[in-house]
Amino acid sequence: MDILLLVSIAQSILAATWRMATPLIYTAIGEIFTERSGVINIGLEGIMLIGALSGYVVTSYTDSLFLGISSAVLSGIISGLLFSLFTVTIKANQIVVGAAFNMIGTGLTGFIYRTLYSGGSTDKLVLDTFPSIKIPLLSDIPFFGEILFQQNLMVYATVVLVPLAAFILSKTAFGLYVKAVGEHPKAADTSGINVTLIRYISTTIGATLAALGGAYLSMAHANQFVEGIATGRGFIALAVVVFGRWSPWGAMGASLLFGVFYALQLRLQAMSGNVIPYQFLQVLPYLATLIVLVSLKGRGAEPKALGKPYKA
Amino acid sequence: MEDIVKTFPDTIANDGITIEVRSGEVHCLLGENGAGKTVLMSVLFGLYRPDSGRIIYKGESIQINSPKDAIKNRIGMVHQHFMLVPTLTVTQNVMLGQYAYTKILNNTDKVAERLREMSQQFGLDIDPCALISELSVGEQQRVEILKALYHGADLLILDEPTAVLTPQETTHLLGFLRQLVDNGLTIIFITHKLEEVMQVSDRVTVLRDGKVVATVDTVDTDPRELARFMVGRDVLMELTREATQPGPVVLSVKGLCVNDERGLPAVKGVSFDVREKEIVGIAGVSGNGQTELALALAGLTECTFDELALGGRPVMNVSPRKLFETGLVHIPEDRHKMGVVLPFTIAENIILEDYHCQPNSHHGFLNKRYISQHAVMLVEKFDIRASGINEELEHLSGGNQQKVVMARELDRKPRFLLVNQPTRGIDIGATEYIRQQILLQRDKNCAILLISTDLEEIFMLSDRILVIYEGQIIGEVPADRKLIEQVGLWMAGQRSTV
Repeated sequence: MDILLLVSIAQSILAATWRMATPLIYTAIGEIFTERSGVINIGLEGIMLIGALSGYVVTSYTDSLFLGISSAVLSGIISGLLFSLFTVTIKANQIVVGAAFNMIGTGLTGFIYRTLYSGGSTDKLVLDTFPSIKIPLLSDIPFFGEILFQQNLMVYATVVLVPLAAFILSKTAFGLYVKAVGEHPKAADTSGINVTLIRYISTTIGATLAALGGAYLSMAHANQFVEGIATGRGFIALAVVVFGRWSPWGAMGASLLFGVFYALQLRLQAMSGNVIPYQFLQVLPYLATLIVLVSLKGRGAEPKALGKPYKA
Repeated sequence: MEDIVKTFPDTIANDGITIEVRSGEVHCLLGENGAGKTVLMSVLFGLYRPDSGRIIYKGESIQINSPKDAIKNRIGMVHQHFMLVPTLTVTQNVMLGQYAYTKILNNTDKVAERLREMSQQFGLDIDPCALISELSVGEQQRVEILKALYHGADLLILDEPTAVLTPQETTHLLGFLRQLVDNGLTIIFITHKLEEVMQVSDRVTVLRDGKVVATVDTVDTDPRELARFMVGRDVLMELTREATQPGPVVLSVKGLCVNDERGLPAVKGVSFDVREKEIVGIAGVSGNGQTELALALAGLTECTFDELALGGRPVMNVSPRKLFETGLVHIPEDRHKMGVVLPFTIAENIILEDYHCQPNSHHGFLNKRYISQHAVMLVEKFDIRASGINEELEHLSGGNQQKVVMARELDRKPRFLLVNQPTRGIDIGATEYIRQQILLQRDKNCAILLISTDLEEIFMLSDRILVIYEGQIIGEVPADRKLIEQVGLWMAGQRSTV
């Protein structure tokens, strides 16, 4: 194999890495806010599916990516408020409510998708997705140009999202309150912080970003909705949060790790022909990520009040 | 505060309480656990809403619906369990709740600077940039006080502030409080320790069962009278303890090392003996390895040692049940976690350790008749106040729960009794009773190891005192009250002798 071929393979894998990491970055950053405030939402998978479907449906009927994304955001806000209602106000068990969201998300999106799109013409099913934007000059840099500067808008947005999240958590009053509420809600309460409000906002931020992560899959990555399109990314995002030690930069690193493995298996699928069943290769990124995450688990950084409803 | 009433589903915590605190005084709120002191102050600080009654502050009737209102009215509170976020710095903790949610925090340095100045001005010696989790308990308490002062408190409420301090820290705190009062502050000091009342306060209000028993000027009263107000009858301030001649060694420990739950060394090679007819007290500030030492001796955690013998026979990491059979009895530090099963009845709790053997059960079936008779007998013998043997433990007061534990354990006729914090969180009446029971065991030839953070208790009961500091025994003295100063210094980690 000559060197040029190797370089081009490496280039395509690395270019796919960021794209594959993007939905995880959105979802995991959101979950960081949720968990830092002391709420654990394991229903991310379901919320990603809801976001993916609502973005897809609105875009396919209106042909507007903007309206599609807006509806994904709206579905995330509604999911987040509902989740908070059950877990913060009613104080139901967070794991049970999260599991319910996963089941409802899977079932409901499958049902609506089939109801709306079965028997129709197939050309309606495919969307015009977010286009790649080539950044002038930079995209012409050899090797790195394609990896970093020929992506679509939702991928580029992560460059803003991660530092913004880190800034909010470390430099704003809101971030300080979120951390206090997740560590020692009673101390926050006695300082005059509204624990319920902070948890509602944080949980809703989490659900909204998860819905965006889902919408990325149907609107920017693939060009249509497929039942179960999130394929376990909601659960990987939970692991990413732990590995990233509840910090946005850490979560981004862990997401990129998953992205590398995912891109690698795509490449292997293309190269191996039919020698290795593709199902085995598809398992690779999940398996590899989980093994790395488990062996390097983030110890001690977990918010103390995680998963515990607050009773004044 | 006038006529405050606060009820909870099962109890009336405050039953028409009226107290008056004068500006510029230290006012002690004295009472047993469950007398309603903390609830009353929580009402003042906005954590609870009273069912009725009103609060008049600086001549005006005010509504306090949340801690935020209290802070606005310049009322500060230092809670018994500190309200500090361990993963944040001192400055960040002080800044909590003071800003609109959307504000970008750009004045952190200014706040830290102001805190540094205040810390110097009051001699608090706090580094504003330190993480709370790196500070000692005493320092954390000073952070709480600093926090209240920073928010401009005129009225400072302290809820049992000395429970976690060494004698020296306590003296320092009490002196500091006087200094604050001289600077114009008013202080409400919640406690159940009589000596502190006498030392620090101008006036005292005594609460019992949610009602005010008396308000007196401190100079006009004495500890005996206050104790009578608190309990409602005369209390023995001193137990009569006769000197005994210790017998042969029962427990022998050499080079014991134990790790804590995080795997870090907590007990670092301690050696001591406990003899028959002897109470050995282990004094120390909480968190210096006492918990791990007790767990290891009770066979509940793994440990390494050069020698560990009970009754002359070596015991090597054996199961708790085996240890019971060699005559060890353990009264654990946290009765809720280890001593009792709260939703179980008194009778069920009494057979927790012996349910499997005669006469409690036969071929795997419980002998209900015997169990009931036995429980009735113990309830009577140990003066457990309950509606009957079928009352669940969670409905009993802390003192009665502890008496259930004592009844079960002492009924085993121990050769070696391991007692850890026997009277923590228990009212004076039950405390007195439990201490008498421990002394009684000594007179029955039992060897007793008493672990307690309550120095009064250690001096009252022990024959010999060992001081534990950071997992090591750093001193031993006979139980002579003249040596209390020395023990206090050891507890604070000073190795030199006076």
